[in-house]
Amino acid sequence: MKLKGAQILIQALKQEGVKVIFGYPGGAVIDIYDELYRENIKHVLVRHEQGAVHAADGYARVTGQVGCVLVTSGPGAANTVTGIATAYMDSIPLVVLTGQVPTALIGTDAFQEVDIVGITRPCTKHNFLVKRIEDLGKTIHEAFHIARSGRPGPVLVDLPKDVMQATGDYEPVSFPDHAPKSSPVPSQIFYIKDLIAQSRRPVLLTGGGVILGRASEELRRLARRTMIPVTSTLMGIGAFPGSDSLWLGMPGMHGTYYANMAISHCDLLIAVGCRFDDRVTGKVDHFAPEAKIVHIDIDPSSINKNVIADVPIVGDCKAILKAINDLLEKDNFTVKEEERTEWLRQIDTWKTENPLSYCQSDEVIKPQFVIQKLYELTRGKAIITTEVGQNQMWAAQFYLFDEPNTFVTSGGLGTMGYGFPAAIGVQIAFPDRLVVDIAGDGSIQMNIQEMATAIQEMLPIKIVILNNGYLGMVRQWQQLFYEKRYSQTDMTYQPDFVKLAEAYGFMGLRATKPEEVEPVLKKGLSHPGPVLMDFRVAREECVYPMVRPGAPIHEMTLGSREMTN
Amino acid sequence: MEKKEYTLSLLVNNKPDVLARVAGVLGGRGYNIETLCVDATLDPRYSKIVLTTIQDKSTINKIEKQLIKLHDVHKVTDITDTGAVSRELLLVRMKLTEKNKADIALIINSFNGRVVTMNGDHCVIEITGEKEFLERAIESLKPLGIEDSARTGIVALERY
Repeated sequence: MKLKGAQILIQALKQEGVKVIFGYPGGAVIDIYDELYRENIKHVLVRHEQGAVHAADGYARVTGQVGCVLVTSGPGAANTVTGIATAYMDSIPLVVLTGQVPTALIGTDAFQEVDIVGITRPCTKHNFLVKRIEDLGKTIHEAFHIARSGRPGPVLVDLPKDVMQATGDYEPVSFPDHAPKSSPVPSQIFYIKDLIAQSRRPVLLTGGGVILGRASEELRRLARRTMIPVTSTLMGIGAFPGSDSLWLGMPGMHGTYYANMAISHCDLLIAVGCRFDDRVTGKVDHFAPEAKIVHIDIDPSSINKNVIADVPIVGDCKAILKAINDLLEKDNFTVKEEERTEWLRQIDTWKTENPLSYCQSDEVIKPQFVIQKLYELTRGKAIITTEVGQNQMWAAQFYLFDEPNTFVTSGGLGTMGYGFPAAIGVQIAFPDRLVVDIAGDGSIQMNIQEMATAIQEMLPIKIVILNNGYLGMVRQWQQLFYEKRYSQTDMTYQPDFVKLAEAYGFMGLRATKPEEVEPVLKKGLSHPGPVLMDFRVAREECVYPMVRPGAPIHEMTLGSREMTN
Repeated sequence: MEKKEYTLSLLVNNKPDVLARVAGVLGGRGYNIETLCVDATLDPRYSKIVLTTIQDKSTINKIEKQLIKLHDVHKVTDITDTGAVSRELLLVRMKLTEKNKADIALIINSFNGRVVTMNGDHCVIEITGEKEFLERAIESLKPLGIEDSARTGIVALERY
């Protein structure tokens, strides 16, 4: 049966199991929208294309499915770039469909034409320009296959208008899975077992790969059987329970004192699904100096990129962790209490010496206090999205996550304006969960227009703004490294966030004193609709601990006290 | 680590944009491509790209890993120091005078070159060989007045 291009596209999306599209119409995609009008795929109409990509990204992060975006050509396509780069850096599977001018006009500077394939070449896993109707169906299926296989990532498909209007045949195609068929190499698994057996000071360092690879259960099994403490990069938070006694918190620039000390003193570092970002390692030469490093990752290019691994293992981390666990189980491997006592006691000492802390105040709201209260009141059950900067670091430090896929944040690219639209995608995926965007007053204004989307979709998202009137993280650097020259970080003028929220149809609440924090949170969290809570927090609070850029991670500034070990 | 010229041979899809993707992997990281040769293989669905770049060993390893991640790249081989046969073609245009004619003929002879075309007082010479060989040829011809020259960049093929 002959179908129009737009129909083939929709059939292929359905075949791929797409349930929701985040998008924004325009001239070049009007045929696709006309087709959507007849179909029962849900479409979320955002207010800016960047919001559509972040929303699809949030949806993908919590469901594990490929997020789908549909935008028009030219400016519509160009507006997706930040969202695509965000997903690329964090390995999030997306398929972004962009309209394009008719094939005959490509390259003529036609109205709303932009070379989006060229623009997004370095920030997509792959991208396509579909020039012939015969290639359309196959390309869509291939795009989904690439997005979700191996190390996931965003794929863009550029769709010229005439191809959407042409007629052709459609046959669903399925692609064989090229992902490394990881039957883990037995000798390597035996070797890791030996390393674990010999180690007296082991640490597990996990990353986003554990969440993407759904390896959380295997990780927990391994850590508990071997009594190895676990630290995780920002992207891996939630894979191991934040309330577990083996949990060390996040390492790196704003990591906990004890996570950084544990890495700096361990004799075995088992890194799983992480890529040793500079924010994690600090000065690479001093990273885990005494440790044998085992690095498990699905992407061969991540291995030996920043840190040289003694035992490099390429493959699916779930399969590899399972193989290790199975071997340990088969051999009835147990850790003798006394073999770990000294190490765990040392870690406990570090934890007691320098826990995550802040100076509570009676006069001003401390941002950390807001997060702690939020954690208490939600009993750690909320799905948290964040913006980027201080709000993000405090969320990572003071909210404890017990489950994977519940902390949604832009780690690699550090995209301000990510959290709120991502929360929209999360809430679409899980209408009954409590979804909270932890924001700064700077970040929230980067995609604040999406409040209209939340209202239109009736999404009961809660926004918590830690409002210090500054671009706080940059201000912190200016305070610490630029002698308090607050160049352009003081947002002298701010809108009245409460009134702004109300104008969009949100409930707006404000707290200016510490004693108002709990009542405002209680009222806001229990309200059935969307709420924006504006917390006026201490203006010049800093995120600690802090490792200076380029310094080794055991050299931390711990707030008022400087401590070097 | 010591830097030297590496030769990579890539088997890629013969499609638009593939060269840009390959070049982007190097260019996006600030690495220069010294020479580049591309043509379809016997199977027209694929092309072979031979490129050279000056790197240290660890960087070339990273480049290889990034290149093989590209969806359109099927195979990346580092053929440096594998004894692969490598050749380059040099074209040189010279202005002929009564004085230099004999010398040019001698040089062409000693580099196994040949005159491709000659009209009036201009001639174009072709010489093939390994990179250093062509460099020596250029050095020899220079004093006799090179007007312009073009080189293909290295093509290379494994011996087995």
